[in-house]
Amino acid sequence: MPAHTCALPDPDVAVRIHQALKTFGDSGWRWPSGPRTAAKVAVDHVSLNIQRGEIFGVLGPNGSGKSTLIRLISTLLLPDGGDVQVFGHDVVREARRVQTLINRVSVEASFFKKLSPLENLMYGARLYGLGAPEARDGARRILIRLGLEPAVLEQPMEEMSRGMQQKVAIARAFLSSPILLLLDEPTTGLDPRSKREVQTFVRELRDTHDATVLLTTHDMVEAEALCDRVAIIHGGRIVALDTPEALKAAAPRLNGHSPTLEDVFLSLTGAQLVEFVD
Amino acid sequence: MSTLVRELKASYAFIERNYYIVKRYWAWELVWLVYTVANSLSISFIGVGAGQVSGGTGIDTSYLVLYLAIGTIVWRYLSVIFYWVTDVVGMERWEGTIEYTLMAPITRLMHMLGQTAFAVLYSLVHTAVVLAVTVLFFDISLQNANLLGFLMLLIAGSLSFIGISVFGAILPLLFPERGAQMTHLIIAGMLLVSGVYYPVTVLPGWLQPFAYLSPATYVLDGARETLLNGADTTSLWPFIWPLLLMGGVAIPAGLWAFREAERYAKRTGKLHRNG
Repeated sequence: MPAHTCALPDPDVAVRIHQALKTFGDSGWRWPSGPRTAAKVAVDHVSLNIQRGEIFGVLGPNGSGKSTLIRLISTLLLPDGGDVQVFGHDVVREARRVQTLINRVSVEASFFKKLSPLENLMYGARLYGLGAPEARDGARRILIRLGLEPAVLEQPMEEMSRGMQQKVAIARAFLSSPILLLLDEPTTGLDPRSKREVQTFVRELRDTHDATVLLTTHDMVEAEALCDRVAIIHGGRIVALDTPEALKAAAPRLNGHSPTLEDVFLSLTGAQLVEFVD
Repeated sequence: MSTLVRELKASYAFIERNYYIVKRYWAWELVWLVYTVANSLSISFIGVGAGQVSGGTGIDTSYLVLYLAIGTIVWRYLSVIFYWVTDVVGMERWEGTIEYTLMAPITRLMHMLGQTAFAVLYSLVHTAVVLAVTVLFFDISLQNANLLGFLMLLIAGSLSFIGISVFGAILPLLFPERGAQMTHLIIAGMLLVSGVYYPVTVLPGWLQPFAYLSPATYVLDGARETLLNGADTTSLWPFIWPLLLMGGVAIPAGLWAFREAERYAKRTGKLHRNG
């Protein structure tokens, strides 16, 4: 029996991914006249551990498997192979337990667009078992902390900018006090000030709430500023994993200059940054 | 906090969210209510005009109007429940919130409980308005009607319709682009065979057995007994037990099928795709 199936879970490991495999495009069933689609490997035997309290970054081009990896952890996809554990709980066999520990911000700020931020957050909070006063107070506090004016809290989401919607998405995820927060390109579309506010808030959450954060991003500056460790994923496989400093130190110098994280990223993932939509 | 209390609180999320949505779309809700009332009245007017159209005499117009009105009211009640429950996935696909909801720590039973509780409340309010307007419009007397029995039939009918609706909710999960439209096939089939506006005996012989598989048939037959003939509550059992039996089978079977469909969607990545 492999060691990973009999060992007791390490309390310091927040996420343990062992040989995770996810393919799409071949469901095993199709209409008799339907076209046969080739299976695409989105996550290819990925293994990694994320330590408790860590801010862990996953960098990769579009279509590299970042979002699929997050969906596997967040119980929205079932792995085709390997296993994924959150604080020792298997995401397939103990999905409900895992769901109480996590929350996720996706790159698309998905809301009931006619409802206000407060109404959307009330819905989110109740789904996680919060009572009305606790949810309402928490929602107001976090939204204002993220820089939203009190006046917009009652306006329909559809009247808000993309950046403001993304802040509400982040507030919704924070509201349930997850101990593992999955942030899938959370600052995409935000202006520099908003970006910085969100980054400060992520750090604050980690420091004050003992939360672990898994962050995917295209923003190398953000990754360097926030992440304790970074994995670079390409074609569904992890091609590098270390601290940003160590990754830079291991890369060859360019024209006598120390490489940036972006240089490291480009050298590991090739020139073709956009391959297909994730 | 016990799991049950947390789950019940989570279940209330759907009631509250749907209330907020109805409130935000209040103008649309008003339009829908006016349309529903006008639609119901126009069908009932067929009864008023039946004598003139056929040139026949001896038609009990009041009876025919109430017969048709019961059809519209009961059908409206059941179909509104059907659409709210089947829309449990469709509306979230439209808004793009499906992944957020399905990764929340709530069982599908409690998820559906919240959605169906709202559906029943919403449908009861709609039905009450349509019934009140119809009664006033046609000067219908409900003095001999057994309203308690009528309510019991509606509640029993809700259970079986909820079960069928949960099956319908699977379609948008499996077919992101066209699943919501496919649900119309289920409701259209039931409208045809359930005797909403005519006795099922006028259907072709090969179609009549399907009437007995539709819960709407029992609700309609029972409702006509209570409202037209004033049947007492105890005599409604022959209509109620098939409804309870259908609900008892369809709800657990629907939830099982929904869970399997959710697993399929999670295996094939169909949750993410917005239709």
